[in-house]
Amino acid sequence: MTIRDWLSAALLVTGAFFFFAGTLGLLRFPDVYNRLHALTKADNVGLGVTVLGLVIQSESWIIALKLLLIWLLVLVTSATAAHLIANAALHGGVQRWRRS
Amino acid sequence: MEAFYFSMALFLLFNVLLGLMCVLQGPTPADRMLAAQLFGTTGVAMLLLLAQGMGIAALRDVALVFALLGGLTVVAFVRRAWIVSNRNEER
Repeated sequence: MTIRDWLSAALLVTGAFFFFAGTLGLLRFPDVYNRLHALTKADNVGLGVTVLGLVIQSESWIIALKLLLIWLLVLVTSATAAHLIANAALHGGVQRWRRS
Repeated sequence: MEAFYFSMALFLLFNVLLGLMCVLQGPTPADRMLAAQLFGTTGVAMLLLLAQGMGIAALRDVALVFALLGGLTVVAFVRRAWIVSNRNEER
């Protein structure tokens, strides 16, 4: 394995860790807003780090650019989705969780 | 390196399985929709890993379609599905 492979492997493992954190947050957090926050942020960082790990392995500039564009699209759509769901939950009357 | 890509993809698949539990237990429809969004993001990462591991460039296009459809699903859900169910529950 070259040093590029090691770097890529480290980035991919970090990305998988962030994905796992997002899933754990989705399962364990108490209400919709908390879950939204865990899922949106952790998963996008996880995908970003995974994409970076693949970008340093990619054969050509075109593929690297395509990977980055996919990440950018996911960022834009998931930011919009998080806003929409939080707005709908707020107007739909979902109560915020309070420590009791 | 290929085996490493595949094991990472397998780990992400395990994450999706955990997310299925959230579909089962989620108290509101929004939680189930969030699980679907998790499948979208994780699916994109899995497809990118598989594209690199198996050397199939077309899988990157599939990942692009996943990313696009994930956003559209949430918009459709918020605009069409969830408002109706809120009214039915009479909060």
